Amino acid sequence: MSEGLWDILLLKDASTRTVVSGTALLGLAAGIIGAFAVLRRRSLVGDAIAHASLPGICVAYFVVGDRNFAALLLGALVFGLLGSACIAAIRDYTRIKEDAAIGIVLGSFFGLGIVLSTIIQRQPSGNRAGLDGFLFGKAASMITSDVLTIASVAGFILAIILVFFKEFRLLCFDRQFAAVQGRPVAVMDLLLLALIALCTVAGLPAVGVVLMAALLIIPAAAARFWTENLTLMVALSGGVGVVSAVAGTLASATIAGPANSLSRGLPTGPCIIITASIIFLVSMLLAPQRGMIPDLFRRFSLKRELALQSTLRHALQGAPAPDHRPSLPIDHGIHEAPDQSAPRRETDA
Amino acid sequence: MTSPAAAESFSSTPSAGASSLPPIAVEVHDVTVAYHRKPVLWDIDVCIPAGRLVAIIGPNGAGKSTLIKAILGLVPLASGEIRIFDKPLRKARPLIAYVPQRETVDWDFPVSALDVVLMGRYGRLGWFRRPGKADRQAAMNCLEQVGMAEYAHRQISQLSGGQQQRVFLARALVQEAQLYFMDEPFAGVDAATEKAIVSLLRNIRASGGTVIAVHHDLQTVPEYFDHVLMLNMHLVAAGPMASAFTTDNLNKTYGGRLTLLDQAAEAVRRAASPRA
Repeated sequence: MSEGLWDILLLKDASTRTVVSGTALLGLAAGIIGAFAVLRRRSLVGDAIAHASLPGICVAYFVVGDRNFAALLLGALVFGLLGSACIAAIRDYTRIKEDAAIGIVLGSFFGLGIVLSTIIQRQPSGNRAGLDGFLFGKAASMITSDVLTIASVAGFILAIILVFFKEFRLLCFDRQFAAVQGRPVAVMDLLLLALIALCTVAGLPAVGVVLMAALLIIPAAAARFWTENLTLMVALSGGVGVVSAVAGTLASATIAGPANSLSRGLPTGPCIIITASIIFLVSMLLAPQRGMIPDLFRRFSLKRELALQSTLRHALQGAPAPDHRPSLPIDHGIHEAPDQSAPRRETDA
Repeated sequence: MTSPAAAESFSSTPSAGASSLPPIAVEVHDVTVAYHRKPVLWDIDVCIPAGRLVAIIGPNGAGKSTLIKAILGLVPLASGEIRIFDKPLRKARPLIAYVPQRETVDWDFPVSALDVVLMGRYGRLGWFRRPGKADRQAAMNCLEQVGMAEYAHRQISQLSGGQQQRVFLARALVQEAQLYFMDEPFAGVDAATEKAIVSLLRNIRASGGTVIAVHHDLQTVPEYFDHVLMLNMHLVAAGPMASAFTTDNLNKTYGGRLTLLDQAAEAVRRAASPRA
């Protein structure tokens, strides 16, 4: 292995350290807010916000003219929130359902964004804009001030979640109950949405608009397999986010070609998401309580045990003579709990 | 079980001067509710007395749940006014507990039964305080009251439907409210849970509380409740069981559905015969 590769993996290089700490913070924030987004069933809204932010980046570029990180993110945030407002408007004021509304807004904004960014890049000064990095993420282009921006966004998200943890738990589990206790649930939903949007936008330079929502969803979904406790799930989700982000960033720099610099590798977004997906896959298959393989194994051993019991019972009763059948039917199976078998009633209007 | 006196009838205006009347828990004045411009409740005008077990009955789509949600401020009123213990809803919230329909939440949510019950304390805890030792003790007591103490640390998806309903009831109990709203508390529960819920309702009444519940099973209405409110988008009848739960009113509420009316006839017979 070349020395350059080890330099990257051991974080010897200052710029590598900068970039990796930036993506790590992003992974942490995305994992934590993503847990609530998934539990509140807002994960697709995160996807729409991410895609809708692309035209915002382009418009900000038109206005500011140069690659000004904060300005581009502000443009992204404005358009992301505009997109989610459009979804809410279509859902609330027409008969179109939310999933279709998300599809419409996501596609329209993203299409507009692609057109605008192509126009920018055909301009003589456009090549230096680095807008293509926003599609799939290019963590290598981050500088210290970019990382500071991400750090403050992550810190803000963490602080809000920490302070309102109990309230978000209630909101995500039972919104109506929260409302009856006098909580302003619409405002809380808006706050949650704003945090999702903020995190999404902060992640655009490193992960890109196409895959940013996946960094919200996958760590949370993976964490859910390992625990039945919300606090633990949120912490695990943040952890999976950090590991994915760091491993993905390093992999993107080292996998492709002569790997001696972060700027030459693959786009970071796909590498981070593939890492998260691997963690998800392992969780889905192997998690002791909710994983598929332990579950299959439990079902198999239950079946075997029941078969054995049945065989034993038959043996103990002996082979019945033709005119001497047992008067009671033999009990082979497990009975369902009575209340589960009761027919579900139609709910009221 | 006390037999409700015929004198304490519901009226649209609380008549002053009659000191024997029980205090009013909920006053609903000319309330109309519409979803997407389609009215689901028309001009509801009723007073619900305190200290009673009140059933809201009516066919599917009659607006039973909507009436509860309107009283609780969960759906906007197209017109009308609601007062609870003679206060606006905003000031009455600490006195109110709510048991929503079981299907309205995701039972795979990563919380334990105890976590869910503790949510009943959030109202009094406010925004920033977390549940303390006293809250945990209160929550455990309420779980015990519904026979669920040993399941306190179970994840809620591992509970049966009846057990989940009991957890919801415990969450309402821990609110230490005076007025309980329950949306189909008996829906899809096993016989043991149904019994447990009935005795719980009686305990609430014995300690002066009021329960307003959406109920589906006409057969058990007179047995479980003192008062009845019959709804079919309009208010058909409201009052003590003996005077309001009549074949005539049931006919008007359910609009001559034969199977239901057979049930109803039997239920009315039972209501009419004196109970021990």
